[in-house]
Amino acid sequence: MTALVPLIVCLPLLGAALALMFGQRRRLQVIVSVLSLAAATVMSAVLLVFVDRLGPAVVQVGGWDAPWGIVLVVDRLSAIMLLISALMLLGVLLFAVGQGIVDGDSEAPVSIFHPTYLVLAAGLFNAFVAGDLFTMYVGFEMLLSASYVLLTLGGTGARIRVGITYIVVSLVSSLLFLSAIALIYGATGTVTLALIAERMPDLPADIQLILGLLLLIAFGVKAAVFPMSFWLPDSYPTAPAPVTAVFAGLLTKVGVYAILRTQTLFFPDHQFSIPLMIVAALTMLVGILGALAQADIKRLLSFTLISHIGYMLFGIAIGTPLAIAATIFYVVHHITIQTTLFLATGLIDRVGGTTSLSRLGGLLKASPLVAILFFLGALNLGGIPPFSGFLGKIALFQAGTIVGEPIMYVLIAVGALTSLLTLYALARAWNLAFWRPQKQVENYTSPLSDSLLEDPQDAGLVTTKTVSPLMVGTTASMLVFTLGLTIFAGPIFDLTHRAADNISSPSTYIDAVFPKGTGSIADSNVGTNFERGAR
Amino acid sequence: MSASLTLVIVMAVMYAAGVYVMLERSLTRVLIGFLLVGNATNLLIFIMSGRPGVSPIVTGASGQDMVDPVPQVLMLTAIVINFGITALLLALIYRSWWLAQLGDEGDTLTDENTTESAEEADDAFRSSSDDDDAIAESIDEFERGDGATSDEDTAATARAASRDAASRAAASARAAEGGSQK
Repeated sequence: MTALVPLIVCLPLLGAALALMFGQRRRLQVIVSVLSLAAATVMSAVLLVFVDRLGPAVVQVGGWDAPWGIVLVVDRLSAIMLLISALMLLGVLLFAVGQGIVDGDSEAPVSIFHPTYLVLAAGLFNAFVAGDLFTMYVGFEMLLSASYVLLTLGGTGARIRVGITYIVVSLVSSLLFLSAIALIYGATGTVTLALIAERMPDLPADIQLILGLLLLIAFGVKAAVFPMSFWLPDSYPTAPAPVTAVFAGLLTKVGVYAILRTQTLFFPDHQFSIPLMIVAALTMLVGILGALAQADIKRLLSFTLISHIGYMLFGIAIGTPLAIAATIFYVVHHITIQTTLFLATGLIDRVGGTTSLSRLGGLLKASPLVAILFFLGALNLGGIPPFSGFLGKIALFQAGTIVGEPIMYVLIAVGALTSLLTLYALARAWNLAFWRPQKQVENYTSPLSDSLLEDPQDAGLVTTKTVSPLMVGTTASMLVFTLGLTIFAGPIFDLTHRAADNISSPSTYIDAVFPKGTGSIADSNVGTNFERGAR
Repeated sequence: MSASLTLVIVMAVMYAAGVYVMLERSLTRVLIGFLLVGNATNLLIFIMSGRPGVSPIVTGASGQDMVDPVPQVLMLTAIVINFGITALLLALIYRSWWLAQLGDEGDTLTDENTTESAEEADDAFRSSSDDDDAIAESIDEFERGDGATSDEDTAATARAASRDAASRAAASARAAEGGSQK
């Protein structure tokens, strides 16, 4: 069973190599990439079942024991993240294939999308299974490099311009992460997560503060936490619809995962609780206020994406097992719903010819199916009972009230307000795009659309394209999956609760990586500056 | 832990210079800044390996005399990653320079698939590389003309020629890259 852990990273990489080889033969390429992601999905499902029953799966790569070698660890949190991201990647890939079939580019001489997409998948999986900081960094770099290529696909003027901003911002955050790794190595003499977790509490408080802040800033840029979120709404909407969907669903959540992992492991005493809560509140508010001003649905959704990262930070900041469980549930919910909504927006773009609310109209009549997809997704994101968005938020608020400090109530109020404003922004989008008849679009005036700002990249064109059954089918099945999260919320919440119990005390993780204890390591000489300096 | 003061100073200067250059508007300078900061980070990792010693494993040295090998491994990986990213950035900078040469037309380039067949795409690739040569040639001419005579007419003609070639190149690249789209 532990053999699956490295395999889940290697398989997409192998698939990427094969897909690149079959660049000339499109159908074969599609088969290779769909198969490798389907296999990854099955493997992560198997991993989740086994890890849930038997405890964390630990692999010492190359037979070198931790902390000397690379260690891969899959606990319940990693397994949940693996499964949900593999499912989303597969869904979006099918959507992209459907889009490729309609657009008739089956004759294209070189196809770079599939190999890059699989490298992105491998990077994501690598970041989730990493048992040491440096492997996590390598996973981040893999997925980021792939995302640079996917974002600038085609090399058009607009994509290059936003692509370069995105790349420079990501590079800065990567360099910060690397510096943080170097400093942590200097302070603790290791990069293995479990060993850092054991040595971190022995460090002086000010050094812990510096290390913790560096990690938070590095991951905060990736997770688009205010004030490091400015880059996201400009860069994501410019990419092709499937790419935007997968970026929105998964890339920011890797940052959230890294924050969750490092905070629970390295700082179990919640030193960063108050600053995290402040940025969580600001992320929620500033994000959603940005969303209210957007005329473009893709930009609107990008802003709600930033805003909802705030909920997850809130959960991490509370830090009790219940809050962590709610956060994991919320991450799962948000990954699926955000991906689905971006795919639905991709459909709107093709049916309505644009994603700008000032030019869309009559979509309910034009395509009732797309309307249903967007409507249910929007209700879910806005947190209307009984959908999973509501359940996730209620669980978070409940965890906050149990702790019962005044700042918790402030955050709960901000969270509720954000949820209502999300609903307002999405309901307005629904009114304008779906309910407004097509013939009223010209010269339309309403207080609803007065303050809307157009996308600066928008050329003002309306070009409708056909939609293939595969695209609608994929989006619909992903929506059914989000409804499944609502129906089976009980068992899923139980699972996230067990995952939270796993990670809310570092000792479980440390014991899994070092079953014989860490005593023998501290006596060794190589690689441990901490001891060397102390001697 | 002990570290060499020289290395620390070099690292600090590289960080400072790198951050300063990175804040410039020009993309090439951003790239240089990235390289400086990246290498400063590599130095930081190296400094974290502590005091110098005998090379590990191969010399059979044990314990105290050995230098810590882990940071060197981390550095190597980081250098390789930085190298790859630099290559990608260079390609993007070239592309954005190219689009800038087109002026407003660069903004309206779309990713529509305009290529019908593999042969047409091959043609497009061939003609785009021809146009690349043409651009390089006209720039050379422009620089030579600029150096030899201060005749503004020559320079203006060369500039016009270069822009013309660039727009032709971009038009064919549009076809080619549209085809290379997924």
